[in-house]
Amino acid sequence: MFQRLPDIRGDALSFTIDGKAAQARAGETVASALLLAGVETCRTTPVSGAPRAPYCLMGVCFECLVTIDGRGNQQGCLVTVQDGMRVETQIGRGKRELGR
Amino acid sequence: MTGADVLVIGGGLHGCSAALHLALKGVAVTLVEKDYVGRHASGVNAGGVRRLGRALPEIPLSVASMELWRRIEELTDDDCGFESHGQIKIAESEEDLAKCRARRAAVMEAGFAHEEIIGQDELRALAPAVSDHCVGGLISRGDGAALPFRTVQAFRNKAARLGTRIIEGVAVRGVARSGGIWTATLADGRRLQAPVVVNSAGAWADRFAAAVGEPVPLEAVAPMLMITERRAPFLTPVVGAMSRTLSFKQFPNGTTLIGGGYLGRADPDRNVAAVDVRALAENARTVRDLFPVMRDAQIVRAWAGIEARTPDGLPVIGPSATEPGLLHSFGYSLHGFQLGPIVGSLLAELIVHGRTNLPIEPFSIARFAAGRPA
Amino acid sequence: MIELGQVAHLDASYDLVVIGAGPAGLACAAQASAGGARTLLVDENAAPGGQIYRSVGATPLRARRDILGADYWTGEELASSFAASGAAYLAGATVWQVSPEREIGLSKDGSARLIDARHVVMATGALERPFPIPGWTQPGVMTAGAAQILLKTAGATATGRVVLAGSGPLLWLIAAQSLAAGRSFSAILDTTPKANWTAALAHLPSFLASPYLAKGLKLLRRVRREIAVVSGVTALEAEGDGRLERVRYVAGGETRTIGADHLFLHQGVTPNVNMASAAGCELVWDDLQLCWRPKADAWGRTSVPGIAVAGDGAGIAGAEAAALRGSLAALDALDALGLLPGDEKTRRAAPLRKTLARYDRGRGFLDALYRPAKSFRTADGDTIACRCEEVTGGQIRAAVADLHVAGPNQLKSFLRCGMGPCQGRLCGLTVSETIADARGVSPADVGYYRLRSPVKPITLAEIATLDQTEADVKAVARG
Ligand SMILES: Cc1cc2nc3c(=O)[nH]c(=O)nc-3n(C[C@H](O)[C@H](O)[C@H](O)COP(=O)(O)OP(=O)(O)OC[C@H]3O[C@@H](n4cnc5c(N)ncnc54)[C@H](O)[C@@H]3O)c2cc1C
Ligand code: FES
Repeated sequence: MFQRLPDIRGDALSFTIDGKAAQARAGETVASALLLAGVETCRTTPVSGAPRAPYCLMGVCFECLVTIDGRGNQQGCLVTVQDGMRVETQIGRGKRELGR
Repeated sequence: MTGADVLVIGGGLHGCSAALHLALKGVAVTLVEKDYVGRHASGVNAGGVRRLGRALPEIPLSVASMELWRRIEELTDDDCGFESHGQIKIAESEEDLAKCRARRAAVMEAGFAHEEIIGQDELRALAPAVSDHCVGGLISRGDGAALPFRTVQAFRNKAARLGTRIIEGVAVRGVARSGGIWTATLADGRRLQAPVVVNSAGAWADRFAAAVGEPVPLEAVAPMLMITERRAPFLTPVVGAMSRTLSFKQFPNGTTLIGGGYLGRADPDRNVAAVDVRALAENARTVRDLFPVMRDAQIVRAWAGIEARTPDGLPVIGPSATEPGLLHSFGYSLHGFQLGPIVGSLLAELIVHGRTNLPIEPFSIARFAAGRPA
Repeated sequence: MIELGQVAHLDASYDLVVIGAGPAGLACAAQASAGGARTLLVDENAAPGGQIYRSVGATPLRARRDILGADYWTGEELASSFAASGAAYLAGATVWQVSPEREIGLSKDGSARLIDARHVVMATGALERPFPIPGWTQPGVMTAGAAQILLKTAGATATGRVVLAGSGPLLWLIAAQSLAAGRSFSAILDTTPKANWTAALAHLPSFLASPYLAKGLKLLRRVRREIAVVSGVTALEAEGDGRLERVRYVAGGETRTIGADHLFLHQGVTPNVNMASAAGCELVWDDLQLCWRPKADAWGRTSVPGIAVAGDGAGIAGAEAAALRGSLAALDALDALGLLPGDEKTRRAAPLRKTLARYDRGRGFLDALYRPAKSFRTADGDTIACRCEEVTGGQIRAAVADLHVAGPNQLKSFLRCGMGPCQGRLCGLTVSETIADARGVSPADVGYYRLRSPVKPITLAEIATLDQTEADVKAVARG
C-alpha cells in the first residue's frame, strides 16, 4: 500500500476506476492515483496474462498501461489525473477488443 | 586462396536460397555477406507470400515458388512462420470492381486461375472489420505470409548444415575472371576462387554488373513498414487495395503490420535507410479509411529497408550477357521475397544442368543493354 | 516563459528545440533564449524539473522542505530562471521523432505535429539501470526511483514491510529522504560487490577533492544509524504468487528470506539513448559506466550535425554537471546560430568548464565503487529480461547457442525481444549484455537495438493527420 504523508494537503478530486468512484489530489498522475487508491495491478500482459503494476513511474517501462476516457494503452504515469476522468484497468482478455 | 564450386555474393533470401539449392545438389558453395545474413531487404520486409497482382511474366515463377512455400519445412527444416490465409485486394468502388474483373480475365488468359473475384458479403466474412464502403475485391486464397528474418536464417542454417561456407561481416570488393576462374577480393584482403559466381547483392548488385560491362539502371529505394501494438484478433488474410498503395495484416500475436511501398530515404553507401513519416501519414490514412477500428491503434515501430528497383519493376534473373560463369539474381523491386525459394532452385538448375524449364527470358539482363528500350 | 497549451500553438520552426526539462534542458533553454535564440523546450511530464527536480514548482512537499533535502530545492532556481526566460514551453508532450534533418515530430493530447529546428539539444536524462532478478515483474516490485517520484509528486510513501535493494549513490539518497519523511525500511540489501573497493581506491584522492564526499558521508551515516543494512548481497529474488510476498537473498554465502510488501530496486542510472540513436547519432559503449552513450564532443555535439546531447543523456554525471553541460550546449547553439560574437563562446564557457571539472573528479570513484555485478546485469534461466514480451535470459542464451543469433536486432525476429511497447528502453542493456555474456565478447561487439522513429508509440490517427492536404482536412470535416 501507499499513503500520503499526514501533513500533505492538496485539492481533492474525484475520478473512477473501472466504474467505481475514487479520490485523488490535483497534480497526481493516474498511476500514482491508482496506487494510492489501493489498485496495484493495472493490467495483465497480452503474452501470458501475468499481472503487472507500475514499475518505473517515469515513462520508461510501459507497465502502467490503462484505458483513460476510452483510449486504451495510455501510460498512466505520464497523464495527470483530472476530475471526472474514467480510468479502466486492463485486466483480463477482451478489454481492448476491436468491434466493428 | 581458397576455392569453391560456386561463390554467392550477398546473403539475402536470394543468395541463401541459391546456396541451399546448390548445396542440396552437392555443390560446394561459399556465400559472402557484407553485414549479416538477412540484414537488408530479405530480413526486414513485410513477409508477404503473394501471387496476387504480380506482373504477368512473373506469374509462372511465383506459382512455382508457392509450391515450395507449401513445403517450406521440408526444404529448410523450419516452418519459417509461413501461414496461408489468403491475400485480398480490396475494391472500394464499382470502378475498382471493374479493374478486378479485367485483371482476373488477363490472368486466366495467361493460363492461371488463382485470382478470383469476391463480393461484399464474402469480403465482410473474411475481413469483418472492413469499412462499409468496400464492395468486394480480388483474392488469391492460397497466398499468405511468413516471417522474413526467420526465413532467411532457416535457408542460411540449412545451407550451412549441408556444408556451405558462410562468411558474414566481410564485403566482396570486386570480382575478376581469368582462365575460366573467378577471383573475388574481400574487404579483409582474402581472395576466393570459383568457376561460377552468383550476384545476389540486392541494392548493391549493380556494382558487380557494371564491373563486367553490363550496367543496369538500378535504383536503391527504402520501402517502409509500421507495426502496431497487439490488438484483439480481427483479420487473418493479408489485405491490399485496388487503387491505393497498401499491405496490411495482423500477426497471430495480435500486432498489425502496415506497409505497401511508401518510400523513405535509402543510402546504400552508408548502409542505412531512413523513415519518412510524412509518407507514412498517407499509409496510415489508408488503413484508417479501410479499417476504422484501427484509428486508436498505437504504432510502436517503423522502419525502412534498402531494396533494389529496376525501371520496369521486373527482376534481373539468369546468366550474364557478357561473362560466362556469372549469374544474376537481383532487382526484385519490392516484391522478391515470395520468389526466393524458386529462383534459388532455378539458379541451381542453370548452374548444375545448364537449363531450367521456367520461363526466365523476360528477366534477362540483356534488356538493359545499350540501344535496347528499357 | 510562454507555456503553450497544444501542438497547434507551436511555430513551424524554432532556432533551438530542447527536449527534456531536467537540469540540463532548463539551463540550456533559459540561456539560449536569453542569448536571443527562438527556443522551444518540450517535456513529457506535466511540470518542469526532470527526474531529480521533479515537480519542484508543484510538489505537495512545499510545506516540508526538510524531506527532500537542500539539493532538491536548488532546482527551484533553475526552474524559476527558465520561467523568467522568453522560451516557449510545451509540457505533457511526447517527442516521437527527431530526424537527422532535425524535423521534430511531437504529440500532445492525441494531436501530432511536425516542426523544424535549426539546432536540437536532447536532454533526455537517464533511466534506472534494469535489474533483472527472478520475480521482478510482480506487483509489489518497483524501482527505487519510482518510490522517490511518488514522494516528490504525491507526497506519498509505501507502508508495510518495505525492502530497498541494490547499490549506488541514489539508493542512499532515497533511503535518507524516506527516513526524513518518517518512513523506514525493513532492510536495505546492499548489492555493491565487495571487490569493487579495490578498484575504487585508485580514484580515492580525486574523490576526496570532489564535492561528493561530504554529501555522501552524511547520507550514509544517517541511513546506517537507523536501518539494518545487509552488505555484500550476491543474489536476490522476489518471491510471491501473483504479488510480492518475500525477498530471498544471499549474503556471505548464506541464503535468507524476509517478508516484504514492497521491494524497491536500484543499481544506478544509464543514459536514455533511444531518441539520439533513432536520430542517427552514433552510440559508443562505455565500459566504465557499463552503458551506451551518444558519441559527443566537449560541447555535446553528436555525430549528426546540429544535434547535441546534454546532461545525463550524454553520460552519467549528475544534476550539477547536467546543468553545466546544458549551458555549454546553449553556448554552442548560440554560436552556431550566429548569435555570439567572435570568441565569446569559449570565453563564457571557461568558468563553466572549471566547475564541471570539479564534479568530473569524483565520478571515477563512484563509477568504480558502484559498478553492478554482472549477475545483476544479465539474465539467466527463467528470469525475465524483456518484460513487455516476457522473454527470459535462458531463451536469449539458447538463441545465441542454437540459432547463431549474434546481436539484439537479430534476436527480435526470433523472440520479439525489445518489440513491445517500451521499444526496448528497459531491456536494451540487459539484452546486449546477456548476449555478450553468452558469446563471451564485449557488448560493444554485440551492439544495441536499431532504433527508428517513432521513438514513442503514436496512434494511427495521429500519424494520419500529419502532412494533410486541404482536401483531406475537408474530408475529415465532412465526417
Ligand atoms: C520494407 C520492405 C517490405 C517488403 N515487403 C515484401 C513483401 O511483403 N513480399 C515480397 O515478396 N517482397 C517484399 N519486399 C521485397 C523483398 O524483401 C526483396 O525483394 C527481397 O528480399 C530481395 O532479396 P535480395 O536477396 O535480393 O536482397 P537483400 O535482402 O537486400 O540481400 C542482398 C545482400 O547482399 C549483401 N551485399 C551487398 N553488397 C555486398 C558485397 N559487396 N559483399 C558482400 N555482401 C554484399 C547485402 O548486405 C544484403 O544482405 C519488401 C522489401 C522491403 C525493404
Ligand atoms: S510506470 Fe513505467 S512507464 Fe509508467
